[in-house]
Amino acid sequence: MRSPESPVLSIEGLIKDVGPLAALDGKMLRVVNGVTLHAGRGQVTALLGANGAGKTTTLECAQGLQKRSGGSIRLLGEDPDLAGATLRSRVGVMLQDGGLPPSARPLPLLRHIAGMYADPLPLEPLVERLGIDTFSRSSVRRLSGGQKQRLALAAALIGNPEVLFLDEPSAGLDPQSRQIVFELIAELRDSGMGIILTTHLMDDAQRLADYVYIIDAGHNVAEGTVAELLQHGESGKNGVTERTLSFEAPAGLDLRGILGPLSEGLLMSEGRAGSYTVTGALGPAHLARLTAWWAEKGIMPASLRLEARSLEDVFLDISGRDIR
Amino acid sequence: MSTSSAGRLLPAPAPSGPAPLLRRILLQGKYETLAMVRNGEQLILAVILPLLALLGLTVTPLLDGLGAPRVDIAVPGILALCAMSTAFTGQGIATGFDRRYGVLRFLSTTPLGRTGLIAGKILAVLAVLVLQLVVVGTVAAALGWQPRPEGWLPGLTMLVLGAAAFTALGLLVAGTVRPEATLAITNLLWILLGALGGIVVPAERLPDAVGTVAHFLPSGALGAAMREAFLHGTFAVPSLIILLLWTVVPGAAAIRWFKWN
Repeated sequence: MRSPESPVLSIEGLIKDVGPLAALDGKMLRVVNGVTLHAGRGQVTALLGANGAGKTTTLECAQGLQKRSGGSIRLLGEDPDLAGATLRSRVGVMLQDGGLPPSARPLPLLRHIAGMYADPLPLEPLVERLGIDTFSRSSVRRLSGGQKQRLALAAALIGNPEVLFLDEPSAGLDPQSRQIVFELIAELRDSGMGIILTTHLMDDAQRLADYVYIIDAGHNVAEGTVAELLQHGESGKNGVTERTLSFEAPAGLDLRGILGPLSEGLLMSEGRAGSYTVTGALGPAHLARLTAWWAEKGIMPASLRLEARSLEDVFLDISGRDIR
Repeated sequence: MSTSSAGRLLPAPAPSGPAPLLRRILLQGKYETLAMVRNGEQLILAVILPLLALLGLTVTPLLDGLGAPRVDIAVPGILALCAMSTAFTGQGIATGFDRRYGVLRFLSTTPLGRTGLIAGKILAVLAVLVLQLVVVGTVAAALGWQPRPEGWLPGLTMLVLGAAAFTALGLLVAGTVRPEATLAITNLLWILLGALGGIVVPAERLPDAVGTVAHFLPSGALGAAMREAFLHGTFAVPSLIILLLWTVVPGAAAIRWFKWN
């Protein structure tokens, strides 16, 4: 278990019951059952899990939006349930649904929120950086999902917080918004902000997170850096590391013939003509044989890619089910 | 945007600290006031309909025989109706939809907080009420309204207390049911209480059974208290007690059952 120096957020054994619910004969439902996590300054900490795993509830307990039923939470050293305006001014929150009034226009709204802080960030660079100036004449209800997310991010950042909570930051983002938002998140992390985000997208975690907590059915099931998690189970399957090699070369190659005895246990296929995938316990010997053969024949592959497992595989391994 | 400003780093996170409490509340009050005034439907409910009711009551004989000119009986009730429009229906609907869109949750994570948010809403209700008072008062003066000067103190006191009761009721509805239901409930009650709640038409003019009930409703109590104030210059103590109860009980219920999400 990790405990970074000077954590911005420490959650120990968080429990949250909701209800009583009619669907459960008036019983309470335990949506978070012992989540523990630590998030540090200058780091992106990701809570990764399927929908309904308890990620948002965990975040909302940390933000003081929901009262926990058990466990302890320290946000910048304080109990969020007792938070005053000073603690709130040090924490930026981007909610999953944005939380912006539909009739508001972006700039007056940001100016209004900025007024809640003694010393907010200057509006213009932030607005420009997030591309809000390109849609500042529309009301919130007319914005696309990506524009709303960018505006919500600006609203969360306007007080220049030390801690930033992002609930599903890439939900509804078009590729351009995604690029803008991800670059900014990385930059904020480098400037020392402690960033805690939830996501059900492996790609988000893989691209952004310094440390990942995988949450399933209300509790931690695994944690580590992305690299550590990717190693998880690599040696688990009979001590064999599974990798995938894909490349583009002239169609109709007899890979089995080229690799000879080395091809044992490998899964080989030519999808599109000339587009090959080889999966299995690939080692340096395989690469050496293949490239030597290419050198002999004067073949240069148009593309070549070697991949280890993805976080998606890890999640499947750990929780026994697909994340989606 | 295409230049995406590499190297234009935001400053390192630095504790900004919150703006002072009073400033946060005033800002939120101003923001919500502008939102209410800019909303066409709310403006109809808050100003146009009360003015139409005022005209209706002064040109018809509905209020004749109650011992005072029509306009003098009508205006205090119209002011009470204004309080119901703004505090109950207007603020109720706005809060209901703010809740749906997560606005309440987001703002409560900023330095404003939940307390500041509620204080801002109350401030907005009072600000709109002042605007209504000016508009209705001006039109009423043109129609010949002559309030007793000593009626202003009890009148304004009761108006604020009535606004408090209706705000508590509006927030209770907005915080416990879906916004569509809030919209239906607060509009329907505005019509029912406006017509039969003893607010603009004194309870004595209503059918006996309805009139008796109306005395104990916030609408009837506020209407009676306003007429008592501006016609006789006195505090209507029973109405005051009824309004206090209508403030405290729904207020406590709203605190207990208001759902922020």
